[in-house]
Amino acid sequence: MENRPKFISLTIGLALGLGLISCAPNSATKDAADGNLSGKLTLTGSSTVAPLVGEIAKRFEAENPGVRIDVQSGGSSRGLADARQGLADIGMVSRALKEDEVKELKGFTIARDGIGVIIHSSNPVDNLTDEQVVQIYTGEIDNWQEVGGKDAPITVVNKAEGRSTLELFLKYFKLENSQIKADVVIGDNQQGIKTVAGNANALGYVSIGSAEYDIGQGVEIKLLPVGGVEANTKTVQDGSFPLSRPLTLVTTNQPEGLTEKFINFAQSEATNDIVKEQNFVPIQGEN
Amino acid sequence: MTSLKNKTLYLSKEKINRDVWLTWVLKFLGVITGGIILLIIIFLILEALPALREVGITPFFTDASWHPNQGLYNLTPMLWGTLLITLGSVLIATPLGIFSAIFCQYYAPPAVANLYRRLIELLAGIPSVVYGFWGLVTLVPLINRFHPPGTSLLAGIAILSLMILPTIALVADASFAKVPQAYLMGATSLGLSRWGTIWGVAIPAAKSGLLTGVILEVGRAIGETMAVLMVCGNVVQTPESIFNPIRTLTANIALEMAYALGNHRSALFVTGLALMGMIFLLVVGAEVLISNE
Repeated sequence: MENRPKFISLTIGLALGLGLISCAPNSATKDAADGNLSGKLTLTGSSTVAPLVGEIAKRFEAENPGVRIDVQSGGSSRGLADARQGLADIGMVSRALKEDEVKELKGFTIARDGIGVIIHSSNPVDNLTDEQVVQIYTGEIDNWQEVGGKDAPITVVNKAEGRSTLELFLKYFKLENSQIKADVVIGDNQQGIKTVAGNANALGYVSIGSAEYDIGQGVEIKLLPVGGVEANTKTVQDGSFPLSRPLTLVTTNQPEGLTEKFINFAQSEATNDIVKEQNFVPIQGEN
Repeated sequence: MTSLKNKTLYLSKEKINRDVWLTWVLKFLGVITGGIILLIIIFLILEALPALREVGITPFFTDASWHPNQGLYNLTPMLWGTLLITLGSVLIATPLGIFSAIFCQYYAPPAVANLYRRLIELLAGIPSVVYGFWGLVTLVPLINRFHPPGTSLLAGIAILSLMILPTIALVADASFAKVPQAYLMGATSLGLSRWGTIWGVAIPAAKSGLLTGVILEVGRAIGETMAVLMVCGNVVQTPESIFNPIRTLTANIALEMAYALGNHRSALFVTGLALMGMIFLLVVGAEVLISNE
Protein backbone atom coordinates (compact mmCIF):
# COMPACT_ATOMS: atom_id res chain seq x y z
CA MET A 1 0.00 0.00 0.00
CA GLU A 2 2.72 2.42 0.90
CA ASN A 3 3.94 1.95 -2.65
CA ARG A 4 1.03 3.81 -4.09
CA PRO A 5 2.06 7.44 -3.56
CA LYS A 6 5.40 6.61 -5.08
CA PHE A 7 3.69 5.01 -8.05
CA ILE A 8 1.40 7.99 -8.57
CA SER A 9 4.18 10.54 -8.40
CA LEU A 10 6.13 8.43 -10.87
CA THR A 11 3.19 8.42 -13.26
CA ILE A 12 2.66 12.14 -12.95
CA GLY A 13 6.36 12.73 -13.40
CA LEU A 14 6.40 10.63 -16.55
CA ALA A 15 3.35 12.37 -17.95
CA LEU A 16 4.82 15.79 -17.26
CA GLY A 17 8.12 14.76 -18.75
CA LEU A 18 6.45 13.56 -21.93
CA GLY A 19 4.42 16.74 -22.08
CA LEU A 20 7.52 18.87 -21.78
CA ILE A 21 9.31 16.87 -24.44
CA SER A 22 6.44 17.26 -26.87
CA CYS A 23 6.20 20.97 -26.11
CA ALA A 24 9.84 21.65 -26.66
CA PRO A 25 10.07 21.62 -30.46
CA ASN A 26 6.99 23.83 -30.77
CA SER A 27 8.29 26.65 -28.69
CA ALA A 28 11.68 26.36 -30.30
CA THR A 29 10.37 26.64 -33.83
CA LYS A 30 8.18 29.55 -32.93
CA ASP A 31 11.25 31.49 -31.92
CA ALA A 32 13.15 30.42 -34.99
CA ALA A 33 10.30 31.31 -37.32
CA ASP A 34 9.85 34.80 -35.95
CA GLY A 35 11.65 36.34 -38.86
CA ASN A 36 9.61 34.25 -41.30
CA LEU A 37 5.92 33.70 -41.82
CA SER A 38 3.75 33.06 -38.81
CA GLY A 39 0.10 33.17 -38.02
CA LYS A 40 -3.02 31.15 -38.51
CA LEU A 41 -5.22 30.59 -41.56
CA THR A 42 -8.71 29.15 -41.57
CA LEU A 43 -10.19 27.57 -44.70
CA THR A 44 -13.68 26.16 -44.93
CA GLY A 45 -15.84 24.83 -47.73
CA SER A 46 -16.22 22.09 -50.32
CA SER A 47 -15.59 18.52 -49.20
CA THR A 48 -14.04 17.87 -52.62
CA VAL A 49 -11.45 20.58 -52.25
CA ALA A 50 -10.79 20.12 -48.53
CA PRO A 51 -8.66 16.93 -48.75
CA LEU A 52 -6.50 18.52 -51.46
CA VAL A 53 -6.07 21.78 -49.58
CA GLY A 54 -5.42 19.77 -46.41
CA GLU A 55 -2.43 18.11 -48.05
CA ILE A 56 -1.20 21.38 -49.53
CA ALA A 57 -1.56 23.00 -46.10
CA LYS A 58 0.52 20.23 -44.51
CA ARG A 59 3.37 20.94 -46.89
CA PHE A 60 3.01 24.69 -46.43
CA GLU A 61 3.17 24.23 -42.67
CA ALA A 62 6.23 22.04 -43.00
CA GLU A 63 7.98 24.76 -45.01
CA ASN A 64 6.79 27.56 -42.72
CA PRO A 65 6.84 26.12 -39.21
CA GLY A 66 5.31 29.26 -37.68
CA VAL A 67 2.09 28.88 -39.64
CA ARG A 68 -0.97 26.96 -38.55
CA ILE A 69 -3.62 26.15 -41.16
CA ASP A 70 -7.03 24.90 -40.20
CA VAL A 71 -9.00 23.19 -42.99
CA GLN A 72 -12.66 22.35 -42.44
CA SER A 73 -15.12 20.89 -44.93
CA GLY A 74 -18.80 21.67 -44.99
CA GLY A 75 -19.80 22.19 -48.59
CA SER A 76 -19.15 24.87 -51.19
CA SER A 77 -21.99 27.05 -49.93
CA ARG A 78 -20.45 27.15 -46.48
CA GLY A 79 -17.15 28.12 -48.06
CA LEU A 80 -18.77 31.08 -49.82
CA ALA A 81 -20.76 32.16 -46.76
CA ASP A 82 -17.77 31.89 -44.40
CA ALA A 83 -15.53 33.86 -46.76
CA ARG A 84 -18.19 36.59 -47.11
CA GLN A 85 -18.76 36.90 -43.37
CA GLY A 86 -15.08 36.73 -42.56
CA LEU A 87 -15.48 33.53 -40.53
CA ALA A 88 -12.82 31.99 -42.73
CA ASP A 89 -9.80 33.59 -44.36
CA ILE A 90 -10.34 31.55 -47.50
CA GLY A 91 -13.39 29.68 -48.74
CA MET A 92 -13.16 26.52 -50.85
CA VAL A 93 -15.59 26.04 -53.73
CA SER A 94 -15.76 23.12 -56.16
CA ARG A 95 -16.98 25.18 -59.15
CA ALA A 96 -16.28 28.40 -60.96
CA LEU A 97 -17.64 31.57 -59.38
CA LYS A 98 -20.91 32.82 -60.86
CA GLU A 99 -21.11 36.28 -62.45
CA ASP A 100 -22.73 38.02 -59.50
CA GLU A 101 -20.26 36.37 -57.13
CA VAL A 102 -17.27 37.66 -59.07
CA LYS A 103 -18.33 41.23 -58.23
CA GLU A 104 -17.80 40.81 -54.49
CA LEU A 105 -15.43 37.85 -54.26
CA LYS A 106 -12.06 36.92 -55.70
CA GLY A 107 -11.61 33.40 -56.99
CA PHE A 108 -8.34 31.51 -57.52
CA THR A 109 -8.33 28.19 -59.33
CA ILE A 110 -5.86 25.74 -57.78
CA ALA A 111 -6.70 22.63 -59.82
CA ARG A 112 -9.31 21.13 -62.09
CA ASP A 113 -11.43 18.06 -61.62
CA GLY A 114 -12.49 16.08 -64.70
CA ILE A 115 -14.57 12.95 -65.00
CA GLY A 116 -14.22 10.53 -67.88
CA VAL A 117 -16.62 7.82 -69.01
CA ILE A 118 -14.74 4.52 -69.21
CA ILE A 119 -15.38 1.14 -70.83
CA HIS A 120 -13.33 -2.03 -71.28
CA SER A 121 -10.66 -1.62 -73.95
CA SER A 122 -12.00 -4.62 -75.91
CA ASN A 123 -15.38 -2.91 -76.30
CA PRO A 124 -15.83 -1.84 -79.98
CA VAL A 125 -17.93 1.21 -79.00
CA ASP A 126 -15.93 4.41 -79.51
CA ASN A 127 -18.43 7.09 -78.80
CA LEU A 128 -21.60 7.59 -76.78
CA THR A 129 -23.78 10.66 -77.07
CA ASP A 130 -24.84 12.37 -73.85
CA GLU A 131 -28.36 11.12 -74.47
CA GLN A 132 -27.18 7.54 -74.83
CA VAL A 133 -25.26 7.77 -71.56
CA VAL A 134 -28.40 9.03 -69.82
CA GLN A 135 -30.49 6.25 -71.37
CA ILE A 136 -28.00 3.60 -70.29
CA TYR A 137 -27.80 4.95 -66.76
CA THR A 138 -31.57 5.11 -66.40
CA GLY A 139 -31.99 1.59 -67.75
CA GLU A 140 -33.71 2.49 -71.03
CA ILE A 141 -30.84 0.95 -72.96
CA ASP A 142 -29.48 -2.24 -71.44
CA ASN A 143 -27.65 -3.88 -74.32
CA TRP A 144 -24.50 -2.71 -76.11
CA GLN A 145 -26.12 -3.68 -79.44
CA GLU A 146 -28.42 -0.66 -79.17
CA VAL A 147 -25.46 1.73 -79.21
CA GLY A 148 -23.42 -0.02 -81.88
CA GLY A 149 -21.64 -2.66 -79.82
CA LYS A 150 -21.89 -6.42 -79.59
CA ASP A 151 -24.91 -8.28 -78.24
CA ALA A 152 -24.22 -8.16 -74.51
CA PRO A 153 -25.95 -6.69 -71.48
CA ILE A 154 -24.46 -3.47 -70.15
CA THR A 155 -23.08 -3.49 -66.62
CA VAL A 156 -23.75 -0.01 -65.26
CA VAL A 157 -21.18 1.13 -62.70
CA ASN A 158 -22.25 3.99 -60.44
CA LYS A 159 -20.58 5.82 -57.55
CA ALA A 160 -21.63 5.69 -53.92
CA GLU A 161 -23.76 8.47 -52.53
CA GLY A 162 -21.93 11.56 -51.36
CA ARG A 163 -18.95 11.30 -53.74
CA SER A 164 -18.20 14.50 -55.59
CA THR A 165 -17.64 12.55 -58.82
CA LEU A 166 -21.24 11.35 -58.60
CA GLU A 167 -22.44 14.87 -57.90
CA LEU A 168 -20.69 16.31 -60.96
CA PHE A 169 -21.82 13.41 -63.15
CA LEU A 170 -25.47 13.82 -62.10
CA LYS A 171 -25.32 17.56 -62.59
CA TYR A 172 -23.90 17.35 -66.08
CA PHE A 173 -26.34 14.69 -67.26
CA LYS A 174 -29.23 16.31 -65.32
CA LEU A 175 -30.05 13.13 -63.42
CA GLU A 176 -31.23 12.32 -59.91
CA ASN A 177 -29.35 9.51 -58.22
CA SER A 178 -32.62 7.64 -57.60
CA GLN A 179 -33.23 7.47 -61.38
CA ILE A 180 -30.02 5.54 -61.94
CA LYS A 181 -30.34 1.78 -62.27
CA ALA A 182 -26.87 0.55 -61.39
CA ASP A 183 -25.49 -2.98 -61.45
CA VAL A 184 -22.44 -2.13 -59.40
CA VAL A 185 -21.87 0.69 -56.94
CA ILE A 186 -18.26 1.54 -56.20
CA GLY A 187 -16.37 3.72 -53.77
CA ASP A 188 -13.11 5.14 -55.00
CA ASN A 189 -11.72 5.56 -58.51
CA GLN A 190 -9.42 2.55 -58.26
CA GLN A 191 -12.31 0.24 -57.49
CA GLY A 192 -14.18 1.65 -60.49
CA ILE A 193 -11.22 1.09 -62.80
CA LYS A 194 -10.69 -2.49 -61.53
CA THR A 195 -14.38 -3.23 -61.96
CA VAL A 196 -14.48 -2.01 -65.55
CA ALA A 197 -11.13 -3.63 -66.41
CA GLY A 198 -12.49 -6.94 -65.16
CA ASN A 199 -15.80 -6.76 -67.02
CA ALA A 200 -15.84 -6.48 -70.82
CA ASN A 201 -19.40 -5.11 -70.80
CA ALA A 202 -19.11 -2.50 -68.07
CA LEU A 203 -19.61 1.24 -68.34
CA GLY A 204 -18.41 3.52 -65.57
CA TYR A 205 -17.03 6.96 -64.84
CA VAL A 206 -13.95 7.94 -62.87
CA SER A 207 -11.54 10.80 -62.39
CA ILE A 208 -9.67 11.42 -65.63
CA GLY A 209 -6.34 11.75 -63.83
CA SER A 210 -6.47 8.25 -62.39
CA ALA A 211 -7.93 6.71 -65.58
CA GLU A 212 -5.14 8.19 -67.70
CA TYR A 213 -2.49 6.99 -65.30
CA ASP A 214 -3.87 3.43 -65.31
CA ILE A 215 -4.21 3.34 -69.10
CA GLY A 216 -0.54 4.28 -69.19
CA GLN A 217 0.14 1.30 -66.93
CA GLY A 218 -1.58 -1.03 -69.40
CA VAL A 219 -4.88 -1.47 -67.57
CA GLU A 220 -7.55 -2.64 -70.02
CA ILE A 221 -9.87 0.37 -70.07
CA LYS A 222 -10.46 3.27 -72.45
CA LEU A 223 -11.84 6.75 -71.98
CA LEU A 224 -14.78 7.83 -74.15
CA PRO A 225 -15.21 11.41 -75.35
CA VAL A 226 -17.99 13.39 -73.67
CA GLY A 227 -20.03 15.84 -75.71
CA GLY A 228 -17.66 15.20 -78.64
CA VAL A 229 -14.59 16.35 -76.68
CA GLU A 230 -11.66 13.99 -76.18
CA ALA A 231 -11.21 13.09 -72.51
CA ASN A 232 -7.67 13.80 -71.34
CA THR A 233 -5.84 16.04 -68.92
CA LYS A 234 -5.18 18.62 -71.66
CA THR A 235 -8.83 19.24 -72.46
CA VAL A 236 -9.58 19.34 -68.73
CA GLN A 237 -6.75 21.82 -68.24
CA ASP A 238 -7.91 24.24 -70.93
CA GLY A 239 -11.51 23.91 -69.78
CA SER A 240 -12.91 22.58 -73.06
CA PHE A 241 -13.85 19.20 -71.58
CA PRO A 242 -17.47 19.63 -70.47
CA LEU A 243 -17.51 17.16 -67.58
CA SER A 244 -15.03 19.14 -65.54
CA ARG A 245 -14.91 21.93 -63.00
CA PRO A 246 -12.35 24.19 -61.41
CA LEU A 247 -11.51 23.83 -57.73
CA THR A 248 -11.47 27.38 -56.46
CA LEU A 249 -10.20 29.27 -53.42
CA VAL A 250 -12.29 32.34 -52.59
CA THR A 251 -11.44 35.53 -50.68
CA THR A 252 -13.37 38.74 -50.11
CA ASN A 253 -10.54 41.18 -50.74
CA GLN A 254 -7.39 41.09 -52.78
CA PRO A 255 -5.40 38.67 -50.63
CA GLU A 256 -2.27 39.89 -48.92
CA GLY A 257 0.28 38.61 -46.42
CA LEU A 258 -0.10 35.02 -45.37
CA THR A 259 -3.31 34.50 -47.36
CA GLU A 260 -1.61 35.63 -50.55
CA LYS A 261 1.45 33.48 -49.88
CA PHE A 262 -0.71 30.42 -49.31
CA ILE A 263 -2.81 30.94 -52.46
CA ASN A 264 0.33 31.48 -54.54
CA PHE A 265 1.79 28.32 -53.07
CA ALA A 266 -1.37 26.34 -53.83
CA GLN A 267 -1.35 27.56 -57.43
CA SER A 268 2.36 26.96 -57.95
CA GLU A 269 3.97 23.96 -59.61
CA ALA A 270 5.36 22.94 -56.22
CA THR A 271 2.01 21.36 -55.41
CA ASN A 272 1.43 19.60 -58.75
CA ASP A 273 2.36 16.23 -57.31
CA ILE A 274 -0.22 16.61 -54.53
CA VAL A 275 -2.86 17.63 -57.06
CA LYS A 276 -2.15 14.56 -59.16
CA GLU A 277 -2.09 12.29 -56.13
CA GLN A 278 -5.65 13.36 -55.38
CA ASN A 279 -6.68 12.57 -58.98
CA PHE A 280 -7.13 16.18 -59.97
CA VAL A 281 -5.50 18.02 -62.86
CA PRO A 282 -2.95 20.78 -62.16
CA ILE A 283 -3.77 24.18 -63.71
CA GLN A 284 -0.37 24.73 -65.26
CA GLY A 285 1.05 21.81 -67.13
CA GLU A 286 4.36 20.17 -67.53
CA ASN A 287 2.80 18.19 -70.36
CA MET B 1 2.36 -31.50 6.40
CA THR B 2 2.45 -28.68 8.86
CA SER B 3 4.64 -26.57 6.70
CA LEU B 4 2.25 -27.05 3.83
CA LYS B 5 -0.62 -26.00 6.04
CA ASN B 6 1.27 -22.93 7.03
CA LYS B 7 1.78 -22.01 3.45
CA THR B 8 -1.81 -22.39 2.38
CA LEU B 9 -3.72 -21.23 5.43
CA TYR B 10 -1.59 -18.60 7.06
CA LEU B 11 -0.50 -16.26 4.35
CA SER B 12 1.94 -13.61 5.30
CA LYS B 13 0.74 -10.02 5.32
CA GLU B 14 2.87 -9.28 2.30
CA LYS B 15 1.16 -11.98 0.27
CA ILE B 16 -2.30 -10.76 1.19
CA ASN B 17 -1.20 -7.33 0.12
CA ARG B 18 -0.14 -8.71 -3.23
CA ASP B 19 -3.53 -10.30 -3.69
CA VAL B 20 -5.29 -7.07 -2.90
CA TRP B 21 -3.13 -5.33 -5.46
CA LEU B 22 -3.88 -7.93 -8.10
CA THR B 23 -7.61 -7.69 -7.41
CA TRP B 24 -7.57 -3.96 -7.84
CA VAL B 25 -5.50 -4.09 -11.00
CA LEU B 26 -7.82 -6.68 -12.46
CA LYS B 27 -10.90 -4.68 -11.45
CA PHE B 28 -9.38 -1.61 -13.03
CA LEU B 29 -8.64 -3.44 -16.30
CA GLY B 30 -12.13 -4.92 -16.30
CA VAL B 31 -13.69 -1.50 -15.88
CA ILE B 32 -11.58 -0.12 -18.72
CA THR B 33 -12.64 -2.92 -21.09
CA GLY B 34 -16.29 -2.60 -20.20
CA GLY B 35 -16.06 1.18 -20.27
CA ILE B 36 -14.63 1.24 -23.77
CA ILE B 37 -17.49 -0.87 -25.11
CA LEU B 38 -20.04 1.31 -23.34
CA LEU B 39 -18.36 4.46 -24.67
CA ILE B 40 -18.47 3.12 -28.22
CA ILE B 41 -22.19 2.38 -27.91
CA ILE B 42 -22.87 5.78 -26.37
CA PHE B 43 -20.87 7.45 -29.14
CA LEU B 44 -22.82 5.55 -31.80
CA ILE B 45 -26.12 6.57 -30.26
CA LEU B 46 -25.08 10.21 -29.87
CA GLU B 47 -23.95 10.41 -33.49
CA ALA B 48 -27.08 8.64 -34.71
CA LEU B 49 -29.38 10.83 -32.65
CA PRO B 50 -29.69 13.79 -35.07
CA ALA B 51 -31.00 11.51 -37.82
CA LEU B 52 -33.24 9.57 -35.48
CA ARG B 53 -34.68 12.83 -34.19
CA GLU B 54 -35.20 14.49 -37.56
CA VAL B 55 -36.15 11.44 -39.58
CA GLY B 56 -37.57 9.13 -36.93
CA ILE B 57 -37.05 5.39 -36.73
CA THR B 58 -39.72 4.01 -39.07
CA PRO B 59 -38.41 5.73 -42.27
CA PHE B 60 -35.28 3.61 -41.89
CA PHE B 61 -37.50 0.62 -42.60
CA THR B 62 -40.30 2.05 -44.74
CA ASP B 63 -38.72 4.63 -47.10
CA ALA B 64 -38.75 3.87 -50.83
CA SER B 65 -34.99 3.52 -51.13
CA TRP B 66 -31.59 4.49 -49.71
CA HIS B 67 -30.80 7.91 -51.18
CA PRO B 68 -29.76 9.92 -48.14
CA ASN B 69 -29.02 13.06 -50.16
CA GLN B 70 -32.65 13.04 -51.31
CA GLY B 71 -33.93 12.26 -47.82
CA LEU B 72 -34.62 8.57 -48.34
CA TYR B 73 -33.16 6.23 -45.73
CA ASN B 74 -34.40 2.67 -46.13
CA LEU B 75 -31.98 0.22 -44.48
CA THR B 76 -33.97 -3.01 -44.91
CA PRO B 77 -32.36 -4.12 -48.21
CA MET B 78 -28.98 -3.88 -46.51
CA LEU B 79 -30.21 -5.79 -43.45
CA TRP B 80 -31.31 -8.52 -45.84
CA GLY B 81 -28.01 -8.32 -47.67
CA THR B 82 -26.01 -8.78 -44.48
CA LEU B 83 -28.30 -11.56 -43.28
CA LEU B 84 -28.28 -13.53 -46.54
CA ILE B 85 -24.57 -13.28 -47.15
CA THR B 86 -23.84 -14.34 -43.57
CA LEU B 87 -26.29 -17.23 -43.70
CA GLY B 88 -25.03 -18.42 -47.08
CA SER B 89 -21.37 -18.38 -46.16
CA VAL B 90 -21.92 -19.99 -42.75
CA LEU B 91 -23.98 -22.79 -44.33
CA ILE B 92 -21.11 -23.51 -46.72
CA ALA B 93 -18.17 -22.99 -44.39
CA THR B 94 -19.47 -24.87 -41.33
CA PRO B 95 -19.69 -28.40 -42.79
CA LEU B 96 -16.50 -27.82 -44.76
CA GLY B 97 -14.66 -26.64 -41.67
CA ILE B 98 -15.92 -29.43 -39.41
CA PHE B 99 -15.19 -32.14 -41.96
CA SER B 100 -11.74 -30.76 -42.59
CA ALA B 101 -11.11 -30.90 -38.84
CA ILE B 102 -12.37 -34.51 -38.71
CA PHE B 103 -10.04 -35.36 -41.57
CA CYS B 104 -7.17 -33.72 -39.74
CA GLN B 105 -7.86 -35.46 -36.41
CA TYR B 106 -8.99 -38.93 -37.38
CA TYR B 107 -8.07 -39.78 -40.94
CA ALA B 108 -4.95 -37.97 -42.10
CA PRO B 109 -1.49 -39.35 -41.29
CA PRO B 110 0.22 -37.00 -38.79
CA ALA B 111 2.58 -35.48 -41.35
CA VAL B 112 -0.24 -34.63 -43.73
CA ALA B 113 -2.44 -33.38 -40.90
CA ASN B 114 0.31 -31.03 -39.74
CA LEU B 115 0.92 -29.64 -43.18
CA TYR B 116 -2.82 -29.25 -43.71
CA ARG B 117 -3.19 -27.38 -40.42
CA ARG B 118 -0.41 -24.96 -41.39
CA LEU B 119 -2.17 -24.34 -44.69
CA ILE B 120 -5.45 -23.53 -42.97
CA GLU B 121 -3.62 -21.21 -40.60
CA LEU B 122 -2.11 -19.50 -43.60
CA LEU B 123 -5.59 -19.10 -45.06
CA ALA B 124 -6.65 -17.39 -41.82
CA GLY B 125 -3.75 -14.96 -42.08
CA ILE B 126 -4.50 -13.60 -45.54
CA PRO B 127 -5.80 -10.01 -45.23
CA SER B 128 -9.38 -9.49 -46.31
CA VAL B 129 -8.43 -6.91 -48.92
CA VAL B 130 -6.39 -9.58 -50.69
CA TYR B 131 -9.37 -11.91 -50.75
CA GLY B 132 -11.45 -9.04 -52.08
CA PHE B 133 -8.95 -8.19 -54.77
CA TRP B 134 -8.70 -11.80 -55.88
CA GLY B 135 -12.49 -11.98 -55.94
CA LEU B 136 -12.74 -8.82 -58.00
CA VAL B 137 -10.23 -9.82 -60.68
CA THR B 138 -10.89 -13.58 -60.82
CA LEU B 139 -14.17 -14.67 -59.33
CA VAL B 140 -16.35 -11.76 -60.48
CA PRO B 141 -15.32 -11.99 -64.19
CA LEU B 142 -15.92 -15.75 -63.97
CA ILE B 143 -19.48 -15.32 -62.67
CA ASN B 144 -19.97 -12.51 -65.17
CA ARG B 145 -19.42 -14.96 -68.00
CA PHE B 146 -22.40 -17.05 -66.90
CA HIS B 147 -24.63 -14.42 -65.43
CA PRO B 148 -23.73 -10.71 -65.66
CA PRO B 149 -22.86 -8.46 -63.92
CA GLY B 150 -20.80 -10.89 -61.82
CA THR B 151 -20.60 -8.73 -58.72
CA SER B 152 -23.29 -10.47 -56.74
CA LEU B 153 -24.53 -12.13 -53.59
CA LEU B 154 -22.98 -15.34 -54.92
CA ALA B 155 -19.53 -13.79 -55.25
CA GLY B 156 -19.85 -12.41 -51.72
CA ILE B 157 -20.91 -15.75 -50.28
CA ALA B 158 -18.06 -17.56 -52.04
CA ILE B 159 -15.38 -15.14 -50.82
CA LEU B 160 -16.81 -14.97 -47.32
CA SER B 161 -17.00 -18.78 -47.07
CA LEU B 162 -13.30 -18.94 -47.85
CA MET B 163 -12.56 -16.26 -45.28
CA ILE B 164 -14.47 -17.81 -42.38
CA LEU B 165 -13.50 -21.40 -43.21
CA PRO B 166 -10.20 -21.24 -41.25
CA THR B 167 -12.01 -19.95 -38.16
CA ILE B 168 -14.39 -22.89 -37.92
CA ALA B 169 -11.78 -25.41 -39.15
CA LEU B 170 -9.19 -24.41 -36.53
CA VAL B 171 -11.66 -24.15 -33.65
CA ALA B 172 -13.23 -27.50 -34.58
CA ASP B 173 -9.78 -29.05 -34.84
CA ALA B 174 -8.89 -27.78 -31.36
CA SER B 175 -12.12 -29.02 -29.84
CA PHE B 176 -11.73 -32.48 -31.41
CA ALA B 177 -8.20 -32.62 -30.02
CA LYS B 178 -9.66 -32.00 -26.55
CA VAL B 179 -12.00 -35.00 -26.68
CA PRO B 180 -10.58 -37.40 -24.03
CA GLN B 181 -8.68 -40.35 -25.52
CA ALA B 182 -10.56 -42.67 -23.14
CA TYR B 183 -13.85 -41.91 -24.93
CA LEU B 184 -12.40 -42.86 -28.28
CA MET B 185 -10.69 -45.96 -26.91
CA GLY B 186 -13.91 -46.99 -25.22
CA ALA B 187 -15.82 -46.59 -28.46
CA THR B 188 -13.23 -48.60 -30.36
CA SER B 189 -13.28 -51.36 -27.76
CA LEU B 190 -17.04 -51.58 -28.14
CA GLY B 191 -16.39 -52.39 -31.79
CA LEU B 192 -17.67 -49.12 -33.26
CA SER B 193 -16.41 -48.27 -36.71
CA ARG B 194 -14.21 -45.23 -37.16
CA TRP B 195 -17.10 -43.20 -38.54
CA GLY B 196 -19.38 -44.52 -35.79
CA THR B 197 -16.89 -43.34 -33.20
CA ILE B 198 -16.69 -39.90 -34.78
CA TRP B 199 -20.42 -39.47 -35.29
CA GLY B 200 -21.55 -41.04 -32.00
CA VAL B 201 -18.79 -40.01 -29.63
CA ALA B 202 -16.38 -37.35 -30.88
CA ILE B 203 -18.91 -34.89 -32.33
CA PRO B 204 -21.26 -34.93 -29.30
CA ALA B 205 -18.28 -34.59 -26.96
CA ALA B 206 -16.90 -31.62 -28.94
CA LYS B 207 -20.28 -29.98 -29.42
CA SER B 208 -19.79 -26.87 -27.30
CA GLY B 209 -16.46 -26.18 -28.98
CA LEU B 210 -18.04 -26.55 -32.40
CA LEU B 211 -20.80 -24.14 -31.40
CA THR B 212 -18.22 -21.59 -30.30
CA GLY B 213 -16.58 -21.96 -33.69
CA VAL B 214 -19.86 -21.29 -35.46
CA ILE B 215 -20.49 -18.18 -33.36
CA LEU B 216 -17.00 -16.90 -34.12
CA GLU B 217 -17.40 -17.43 -37.86
CA VAL B 218 -20.83 -15.76 -37.87
CA GLY B 219 -19.29 -12.80 -36.07
CA ARG B 220 -16.53 -12.56 -38.63
CA ALA B 221 -18.99 -12.90 -41.52
CA ILE B 222 -21.27 -10.13 -40.25
CA GLY B 223 -18.41 -7.75 -39.64
CA GLU B 224 -16.44 -8.37 -42.83
CA THR B 225 -16.28 -5.20 -44.91
CA MET B 226 -13.50 -4.82 -47.40
CA ALA B 227 -13.77 -8.07 -49.36
CA VAL B 228 -17.55 -7.90 -49.45
CA LEU B 229 -17.44 -4.28 -50.60
CA MET B 230 -15.22 -5.25 -53.52
CA VAL B 231 -17.18 -8.21 -54.87
CA CYS B 232 -20.83 -7.64 -53.98
CA GLY B 233 -21.65 -4.73 -56.29
CA ASN B 234 -23.07 -2.60 -53.46
CA VAL B 235 -26.38 -1.85 -55.16
CA VAL B 236 -28.97 -1.20 -52.47
CA GLN B 237 -31.68 -3.73 -53.25
CA THR B 238 -33.27 -6.79 -51.73
CA PRO B 239 -31.82 -9.58 -53.88
CA GLU B 240 -34.19 -11.76 -55.88
CA SER B 241 -31.54 -14.27 -56.90
CA ILE B 242 -27.99 -15.04 -55.87
CA PHE B 243 -26.79 -13.30 -59.05
CA ASN B 244 -28.14 -9.92 -57.91
CA PRO B 245 -25.71 -7.38 -56.49
CA ILE B 246 -26.29 -6.52 -52.85
CA ARG B 247 -24.96 -4.07 -50.28
CA THR B 248 -24.21 -5.03 -46.70
CA LEU B 249 -24.47 -2.73 -43.69
CA THR B 250 -20.71 -2.67 -43.24
CA ALA B 251 -20.09 -1.84 -46.90
CA ASN B 252 -22.62 0.98 -46.66
CA ILE B 253 -20.65 2.63 -43.88
CA ALA B 254 -17.29 2.12 -45.56
CA LEU B 255 -18.49 3.36 -48.94
CA GLU B 256 -20.19 6.54 -47.86
CA MET B 257 -18.62 7.66 -44.60
CA ALA B 258 -15.73 9.55 -46.15
CA TYR B 259 -17.94 12.09 -47.91
CA ALA B 260 -21.11 12.10 -45.84
CA LEU B 261 -22.34 15.29 -44.19
CA GLY B 262 -25.23 16.20 -41.91
CA ASN B 263 -28.13 13.77 -41.84
CA HIS B 264 -26.41 11.44 -44.29
CA ARG B 265 -23.50 11.01 -41.89
CA SER B 266 -25.81 10.53 -39.00
CA ALA B 267 -27.82 7.95 -40.95
CA LEU B 268 -24.60 5.98 -41.42
CA PHE B 269 -24.25 5.85 -37.64
CA VAL B 270 -27.80 4.48 -37.56
CA THR B 271 -26.49 1.81 -39.93
CA GLY B 272 -23.78 1.11 -37.38
CA LEU B 273 -26.39 0.85 -34.63
CA ALA B 274 -28.37 -1.62 -36.74
CA LEU B 275 -25.22 -3.68 -37.14
CA MET B 276 -24.60 -3.57 -33.37
CA GLY B 277 -28.20 -4.66 -32.86
CA MET B 278 -27.70 -7.66 -35.13
CA ILE B 279 -24.55 -8.71 -33.32
CA PHE B 280 -26.27 -8.22 -29.97
CA LEU B 281 -29.07 -10.56 -31.07
CA LEU B 282 -26.47 -13.07 -32.23
CA VAL B 283 -24.67 -13.04 -28.87
CA VAL B 284 -27.93 -13.35 -26.93
CA GLY B 285 -29.09 -16.17 -29.21
CA ALA B 286 -25.81 -18.00 -28.74
CA GLU B 287 -26.03 -17.50 -24.96
CA VAL B 288 -29.51 -19.06 -24.91
CA LEU B 289 -28.42 -21.92 -27.15
CA ILE B 290 -25.43 -22.76 -24.97
CA SER B 291 -27.30 -22.50 -21.67
CA ASN B 292 -29.93 -24.87 -23.04
CA GLU B 293 -27.30 -27.51 -23.65
